[in-house]
Amino acid sequence: MQLHELTAYELSKKLAAGEISAREVVAGYYERIQAVEDRVQAFVCQTRELAEKKAAEIDEKRAAGEPLGPLAGVPIAVKDLLCTKGLPTTCCSKILEDFRPPYDATVIERCHQAHMPIVGKTNMDEFAMGSSTENSAFQVTRNPWDLETVPGGSSGGSAAAVAACEAPLALGSDTGGSIRQPAALCGIVGMKPTYGRVSRYGLIAYASSLDQIGPFARTVTDCALLLQVIAGHDPRDATSADLPVPDYVATLDAGIEGLKIGVIRELVYGQGIHPGVKARVLEAIDTLQNLGAECEEVSLPNIDYSMPVYYIIAPAECSSNLARFDGVRYGHRTNRSVSDIYDLFAKTRGEGFGEEVRLRIMLGTYALSTGYYDAYYLKALKVRTLIKKDFDTAWEKYDLLVCPTSPTTAWKFGEFDQLALKLADICTIPVNIAGVAGLSVPCGFDDGKPVGLQLIGKPFSEDLLLRAAYAYEQATDWHKQRPAL
Amino acid sequence: MPAITPEEVRHVAMLAHLDLSAEELDRIGVELNRILEYFAQLQKIDTEDVPVTSHAIPMTNVFREDEVQASLPVDEVIANAPDGVDEFFRVPRIIEE
Repeated sequence: MQLHELTAYELSKKLAAGEISAREVVAGYYERIQAVEDRVQAFVCQTRELAEKKAAEIDEKRAAGEPLGPLAGVPIAVKDLLCTKGLPTTCCSKILEDFRPPYDATVIERCHQAHMPIVGKTNMDEFAMGSSTENSAFQVTRNPWDLETVPGGSSGGSAAAVAACEAPLALGSDTGGSIRQPAALCGIVGMKPTYGRVSRYGLIAYASSLDQIGPFARTVTDCALLLQVIAGHDPRDATSADLPVPDYVATLDAGIEGLKIGVIRELVYGQGIHPGVKARVLEAIDTLQNLGAECEEVSLPNIDYSMPVYYIIAPAECSSNLARFDGVRYGHRTNRSVSDIYDLFAKTRGEGFGEEVRLRIMLGTYALSTGYYDAYYLKALKVRTLIKKDFDTAWEKYDLLVCPTSPTTAWKFGEFDQLALKLADICTIPVNIAGVAGLSVPCGFDDGKPVGLQLIGKPFSEDLLLRAAYAYEQATDWHKQRPAL
Repeated sequence: MPAITPEEVRHVAMLAHLDLSAEELDRIGVELNRILEYFAQLQKIDTEDVPVTSHAIPMTNVFREDEVQASLPVDEVIANAPDGVDEFFRVPRIIEE
């Protein structure tokens, strides 16, 4: 087996045992990146020099007998909306093309503390707005399973990098499915932790009440290892939860005997779920049952309203968050002549933001404007309560909920228009609206393209979610299959 | 819900500080009307006595000690500015002589 095919867990064992050095691991990954990156195009920036320097430091520390974390020397790829000190952080937008943050995001600090070399920054839909990574201002990322299809999005670069074995682990962000959906389309594991589980400090915000950072990995164990590094309270994010972080790896193999799992009727049997996806998900539910879980159908009657609610709340929050990009303190500034400062703002923003970002800012500004606030924004916040109550009611009876991650497998570039693309997130958006935890695990293939099973857990039940995903993974071998690149 | 008019689209662009071409304003007007039509399904839901959820996890007033902490290094911050001078961001004149 080649080095890049090893999981993060296997790498960590070999590193700890001294069978391999961190320098060899980093070198092995760049060899792999060189071999496949011209086809996949997952990275917008590679940070080889820094990664090599970091690896050398780690090897020295290990030789000196310093205590190191389990992932010391295991490389990671980072979505380009997480601030990395001194390194480009662009959100794949022209407006931030030359931005180099003067500080690290909390999750990046934690990766540094865990001695994980960063191999590069990954491609994404501009400001995380999209479901195919086609809205990047810079490049097109291709799905490693079929280069003619999209990797999903918005964290498509991170998902493709892990699926193509260009990195064993990656970080992404998920506002309406941006970790879970690309993980499903690329045949890997991706998790959106509970809102507040991971600090958002240094994450360039899209919709602050929905955004959450989370891990990508090829196995559930690797996902648990990375969540362990990034989870926990951070005083710099007032919304991060001041709760203890359990040992996620320790309970992985506790099994799912007797767990009560609700099968979400609207998202398994509803319109828009592709028959091939539905078939794989139903087979996965059978497997969960064979492992001792009790599965039964449950209805979440308001869940179908999640899409309109999301497309009011997210643009409203983004129109406020993205007001900070004005050509004054950082980022692009127009070169055209301007009549006054307001003209400078407007010309800078008109040039710097891409088409989809401009549309969402317009939509959000309208939904918040005088005369429409009550009809749209306030209404959406009330329906959000109803959707959240549906989940609260389900938790009275079920330990977990299950449904597909994405209604379809990966589609061809340009196959759908923007409105149809927005329906790509019907299964993932409700989880962000309710602020609960969701995970996508590979559950087979349809026509050679990966399908993802979504497990949903109550707030701060990531340990249970990982445990169930692990039990399913061990009973199948989907995670062992790799794209032929 | 009435359709959004071209004047409203221009007004919203002004509020959002977005300089858009006439062509794009037209296109966005069409898109917005399509999306607003889609939103209409929410109007039929009875939300009379439903409270709002602005935030999914119940949490209010997170306090901390008011302690002085180091700021980011000014030169590193200014280095990102499109027009930075010493410790200032330079912009077009905003106060009339």
